[in-house]
Amino acid sequence: MSLRRWGRILWPVAAGAVLVLVWEFAVRWTHTDVFPSPAAVARGFAELVRKGILLQYSWDSLRRVAAGYGAALLVGIPMGIFLGWRPGAARAVNPVIQLLRPISPLAWIPVAIVLLGVTDAAAIFLIFLASLFPILVAAMNGVRSVPAMYRDAGRNFGLTGSALLSRVVFPAALPEILAGLRIALGIAWIVVVAAEMIAVNSGLGYLVIDSRNAGKRYDLVVAAMISIGVIGLLLNFLVQRVSRLRAVRWGFREES
Amino acid sequence: MIPARKPLTGATKLTIQGLRVAFRTESGEVLVLDNLDLEVREGEFVCILGPSGCGKSTFLNVVAGFLPPTAGSVRIDGEEVRGPDPRRIFVFQERGVFPWLTVEGNIGFGLGKSSKAERARRVAHYVELVGLRGFEQAYPHELSGGMKQRVEVARALAVDPDMLYLDEPFGALDSITRLEMRRELLRIWQAERKTILFVTHDIEESVQLADRIVVMTARPARIRRIVEVDLPHPRDLSSRRYLELRDGIFEEIGLAHRV
Repeated sequence: MSLRRWGRILWPVAAGAVLVLVWEFAVRWTHTDVFPSPAAVARGFAELVRKGILLQYSWDSLRRVAAGYGAALLVGIPMGIFLGWRPGAARAVNPVIQLLRPISPLAWIPVAIVLLGVTDAAAIFLIFLASLFPILVAAMNGVRSVPAMYRDAGRNFGLTGSALLSRVVFPAALPEILAGLRIALGIAWIVVVAAEMIAVNSGLGYLVIDSRNAGKRYDLVVAAMISIGVIGLLLNFLVQRVSRLRAVRWGFREES
Repeated sequence: MIPARKPLTGATKLTIQGLRVAFRTESGEVLVLDNLDLEVREGEFVCILGPSGCGKSTFLNVVAGFLPPTAGSVRIDGEEVRGPDPRRIFVFQERGVFPWLTVEGNIGFGLGKSSKAERARRVAHYVELVGLRGFEQAYPHELSGGMKQRVEVARALAVDPDMLYLDEPFGALDSITRLEMRRELLRIWQAERKTILFVTHDIEESVQLADRIVVMTARPARIRRIVEVDLPHPRDLSSRRYLELRDGIFEEIGLAHRV
């Protein structure tokens, strides 16, 4: 491995180590007995792993995201493509979409609980709502901004209707749709934590709030937070891999 | 070498009569094409030459069926043009290739109805014809501008159209690649005998390529003059006749041939 590649690993590791050191000394110098030291958090981690809670709760959170995000995908992509394809329909629906979009998913929590109770379904519904709009808008804009030249070329080769849509418009819009999917997954992972703090009794969000409420276990709170960060990072990494596929890479050139 | 002008016995391919195109804008109607009449014979290479923005692209878009005429008619083989048709392929600048498909995928794009074997055979043939062997699996963003343009020409030829419409196809290429591409286009045209309508603002380009040059006026575009290019291929760019024709058009357009 060359020196440069070592550097690429070395510096981030060094930055992480500095952060942990600052944390450690901050805890020592302030003599806090509320906020845990890195070592205490590590012990908290070990405890969560030993009891099987970490794995179980991570799984619960991921399961909810998969359900809500998956549903948003199934609804958002076809609906967005349809709206992008039919400007008339888009004009009719767009004001409603633009009105609903800026409402924080958290503002829906009371509505979700009234409709679905303190259940899995309420949390999943919130994740669905949170991911739906970015996906829907990305698909709509993606289809709308397909260059006329591609459509004309497709029509010239005799394609119309659904064939034109599937062979030209969809692949042309795919990079923008994928960018929307990536944003939506990030939001979904943020929202699942918030939803679990209020609407259910399991998951990493629940772990954060429960550790605090049941005996101010801040070592477990921070351990849960770090787990949330790590899983979020992995999810983003996974979606990023998808945008490296050769058939869509043309649309992501400025990023690579 | 082929004869200077192909025998005029070729049947009439394209007939344009009283073609008029106007666009409605906020400030009223803008006339883009005014009362155009033109006949093109089968197998003929016709250049549409005019200044930038004169409406020659609009003209080609109407002939290709992408835009309806405001008045007048466009007929091909006696049949009114009502929309785009795979028998006549429009070649955009190299930006028209599909970036999500490989070279092979692009060239085979219009061959959906052929059998797999036939498709593979045709793709291989046209990959060879435009000199892209070894790049079959490459994506457009991995290719140079000239190579992308070849892909687009091959994609058009693969469906065996009887007409090609080229809209300033080499405009975005560097001057060396452009010369090469012209030579290749002529080679392909001589091999495949398509009827070609080629829009350009480049006088030299039109004299190098065309059987006939349709010189347009500025907007609204009318036909100023039609120049027959009675030169055999390959054309000698320093021959007296070539220079005569070229300078004639320069004068026609009102440009002194001095910089």
